[in-house]
Amino acid sequence: MTGFRTLLWKELLRFWKVAFQTVAAPVVTALLYLLIFSHVLDEHVRIYESVRYTAFLIPGLVMMSVLQNAFANSSSSLIQAKVTGSIVFVLLPPISYLEFFLAYVIAAAIRGVVVGIGVLLVTVWFAPPGLASPLWILAFALLGGAIMGALGVVAGIWADKFDQLAAFQNFLILPLTMLSGVFYSIHTLPPFWQQVSHFNPVLYMIDGFRYGFFGISDVSPLLSLAVVAGAFVAVSLFSLALLKRGYKLRT
Amino acid sequence: MGVAVSIQQVVKRFGALCALDGVSLDIAEGEFFGLLGPNGAGKTTLISCLAGLARPDAGRLSVLGRDVVADYRAARHLLGVVPQELVFDPFFTVRETLRIQSGYFGLRDNDVWIDEILANLDLADKADTNMRRLSGGMKRRVLVAQALVHKPPVIVLDEPTAGVDVELRQGLWQFIRRLNREGHTIILTTHYLEEAEALCGRIAMLQKGRVVALDSTENLLREFSGHTMSLRLADGAALPATLAGMATLGSDGGWQLSLPDFSAVERVLAALRKAGIAIEDLRLSPPDLEEAFMRVMQKGRAS
Repeated sequence: MTGFRTLLWKELLRFWKVAFQTVAAPVVTALLYLLIFSHVLDEHVRIYESVRYTAFLIPGLVMMSVLQNAFANSSSSLIQAKVTGSIVFVLLPPISYLEFFLAYVIAAAIRGVVVGIGVLLVTVWFAPPGLASPLWILAFALLGGAIMGALGVVAGIWADKFDQLAAFQNFLILPLTMLSGVFYSIHTLPPFWQQVSHFNPVLYMIDGFRYGFFGISDVSPLLSLAVVAGAFVAVSLFSLALLKRGYKLRT
Repeated sequence: MGVAVSIQQVVKRFGALCALDGVSLDIAEGEFFGLLGPNGAGKTTLISCLAGLARPDAGRLSVLGRDVVADYRAARHLLGVVPQELVFDPFFTVRETLRIQSGYFGLRDNDVWIDEILANLDLADKADTNMRRLSGGMKRRVLVAQALVHKPPVIVLDEPTAGVDVELRQGLWQFIRRLNREGHTIILTTHYLEEAEALCGRIAMLQKGRVVALDSTENLLREFSGHTMSLRLADGAALPATLAGMATLGSDGGWQLSLPDFSAVERVLAALRKAGIAIEDLRLSPPDLEEAFMRVMQKGRAS
């Protein structure tokens, strides 16, 4: 257990030591989104009758930050260690692939949640979004962070170079999160794009998370939870299979 | 003495390249063992297989009886590896690095031993310095320290002195020798053959993924190297035909004669006297590993 705990601690220290870049920067980015979108749209858009657009936007931005930063944490830690060669320090000790996986995923989820809390703290003053069921909020934040952390492990193992990781981030993670209903309800989309959106698992993460604040959602929160839990199991199994084989880590 | 490291018929291929072609060797507990070979011979691949960084396509490796695949946790506890590449984690100080590495091996509160390693590697005053700010030689010593945090009974050093200055090299060897005296098995790869000659009791030479020589350093020197006589003849005289077979002409016009034994000295001198050739300069040098290494490699290429 000490091996796992140390690796988890190391992964937490790694981002905390550069918190200005890993926590403060994404909080500022989310704040900018909020300022711009709420300035432009707050008067003109109303998605749920009882909810101001700015309030609607806040949980979406929080969850988007959770997801993007969880992914960034595990993926960048691994690619950095691979490119610099310092990955040997975690490959030489008697750490099992399951411990390895859990340490990276938990650290990633924690970074995501820390950034999410930061975003919530700076945005909540603009339009308090309510707090219908806090347990849903917590469940979706942790599961969403864990999924993205596990996906980050996959990406970090697969990528040989920083630009490959950037491609993964820009062409997969960013579109999936941006097109998941962070800024809009999918019910405002044409029917075809509504259908397409339902294949995006990030939609369920955002929607379920938002349900925790407003008690209203596009999709039933139980369905969202099931989809998100299923996605977590799928991504975890895939990631564990790679780690067990030593794919690209143990030649 | 038990077997510290057992390597049985290990094969490792990278695509078409056969990096290890059926390597077998046993290293006894307490040995100071040298693993020599030209670049690309398979030394680092063999170490990677032993450390679990690479997976052999065939064969078995074990550390103190623990299989490195089936019983990898136990095997890795028993092994400390100093990697060849100069790698470091830029986020941490020297002490943090060593504490983290201790934790990976299940050790908490390891500071007494960490301080001892730091003192022995002359790093005590750098304990709280970030890894990024260390010189290359210091980073190399931190790598050595990281391999030792869990007091592994078997220590593998993959070219630990590349880029380390002479003084520090001496200090490092003093420490490693002490660990060896205290019972740690040491496996060393190096391109500094005089280092291997001075330190290693037994040596394996690898070439193209095969063991081409495996014996005590003494026997290798005796078998593949001898005393060399360097001769310079007065007036640039040619060597008598009877001696030409054992001699090579150096670029400086002097002759190098390899002597199979000391009685050859008399034969050389007698032949020169008989031919009436005067000697301008004569030196005798002892056998050295570099010559033995070259001969083994030539023999390997020829076969």
